[in-house]
Amino acid sequence: MGVMIRVENLVKKFGDFTAVDNISFDVPKGEIFAFLGPNGAGKTTTIKILTTLLKATSGTVEVDGLNPKTHENEVRQSFGIVFQDPSLDQDLTAWENMDLHGVLYHVPGKVRRERAETLLKLFELWDRKDALVKTFSGGMRRRLEIARGFLHTPKILFLDEPTLGLDPQSRNQLWTHVRRQNEADHVTVFLTTHYMDEAERVADRIAVIDHGKIVAIGTADELKQKTNAQSLEDAFLALTGSTIRDESATSKDQLRQVAQMFRGGGRR
Amino acid sequence: MNAIYILWLREVKKYSRSRVQIIASLGQPLLYLLVLGFGLGPMYRRAGGSGSYLQFIAPGIIGMSVLFTSVFSGIALLWDRQFGFLKETLVAPVPRIRIMIGRTLGGATVAVLQGTLIMIVCLIVGFRPVSWIGIPLGFAFMAMIAIVFAALGTSIGSSLQDMQGFQLIMNFLVLPIFFLSGALFSLDNQSKAMSFVTSLDPLSYGVDGLRATLNGAAHFGAIVDAAVLAVVAVGLLCLGAWRFSKIEV
Repeated sequence: MGVMIRVENLVKKFGDFTAVDNISFDVPKGEIFAFLGPNGAGKTTTIKILTTLLKATSGTVEVDGLNPKTHENEVRQSFGIVFQDPSLDQDLTAWENMDLHGVLYHVPGKVRRERAETLLKLFELWDRKDALVKTFSGGMRRRLEIARGFLHTPKILFLDEPTLGLDPQSRNQLWTHVRRQNEADHVTVFLTTHYMDEAERVADRIAVIDHGKIVAIGTADELKQKTNAQSLEDAFLALTGSTIRDESATSKDQLRQVAQMFRGGGRR
Repeated sequence: MNAIYILWLREVKKYSRSRVQIIASLGQPLLYLLVLGFGLGPMYRRAGGSGSYLQFIAPGIIGMSVLFTSVFSGIALLWDRQFGFLKETLVAPVPRIRIMIGRTLGGATVAVLQGTLIMIVCLIVGFRPVSWIGIPLGFAFMAMIAIVFAALGTSIGSSLQDMQGFQLIMNFLVLPIFFLSGALFSLDNQSKAMSFVTSLDPLSYGVDGLRATLNGAAHFGAIVDAAVLAVVAVGLLCLGAWRFSKIEV
């Protein structure tokens, strides 16, 4: 089996702050790979580099054998993504959001409409398809984002904390669907989550990242063995410690935090 | 091509759904048109202006509406950044230039629609074009103004990180563009300094073009106006495309 994602000595700095600090890993074709880590560990930054939204400071990145820096559009065609934070157009209807996505990903009209219908039904949004997204509840928006991520059939699916704010039913629906896609179409899945049970249930391999560095990588059992832990949660805590991290929603917020630390340094 | 069309359609749909905003955006031009148009009318006549002042400023007010609507549609990029939709378009397998063109043409279309509404209002309150043939030509100038400033808005929207710079842009760029365009006064017989500054303002040529086609009187002349607007449009589209390609989120 070939390698779908290759990351070698990847570094991403925002000013003086190092968000991703020299990480290397491979994800083989068809694998479900989970990225676990506390808030601000560098998970989303890594995904943004892999998905052409950010440029790496140094290091090599390959997605399906291509460099996201030089082959932006080819790389973009190869993946689908469900973002951590909202990315819907709230002034459009659910159906229009799906349709727009399909057009941007070159899904032919007939296929696009069929798949949109199937997915909206699967995530129980079909009867609200013509309502504006701004009238949707948080959970419904989340489900729509996920449904949209499945509209085209990508080689790689990036799921950045996809189950945030979802009820157990929708979570179950999501992971079942991810599994099915993975088995039927050999879609490589790259996911991040804070729910250890999910990672253990779905992922073939898990990488634990903290302060921008990968601290452990392996199957859930390997991680538990390595740390002599009973559960993945214990293994995770053993690897990353139990201090609570500041929430950093975006790279900009991280920068702002660094700036604040400088300004407020004396008072702390 | 499809990507350009669907992003264009998005802008038009969003505009047609914001009825309250459409009505609200008629307020300011109406004030200029009615209060200044009728209020300064007697003074304008005494100063020896030809026709009525309302007749004189109507093309300027149409130009103003097109300017504001198109710049803001470009700056709306900031909202998309804030609400996250921008990311969705930036990871799509579509060259960024097409995304930028779709958005810009959509914004320009919306601005022309808004300009049309103002033109209808002008016709209702007493504005009369010299000939009806002038109206389609007027639309051509409206479209050029719209493209120029939608592209400018896109460049600005791509470069700003948050809403904090917005007020700055409004007070030090958009309003000066409007006031220096000769929308409210004639560019004839101005001092050297004033003539120089107004000749640097792209909207001067837009308003002049509208006046040439609708009122039959021009300062630069319609040909010069069209040529300058076309060149500026190409330049700003390139600038917008370049700024847009540099966006990181």
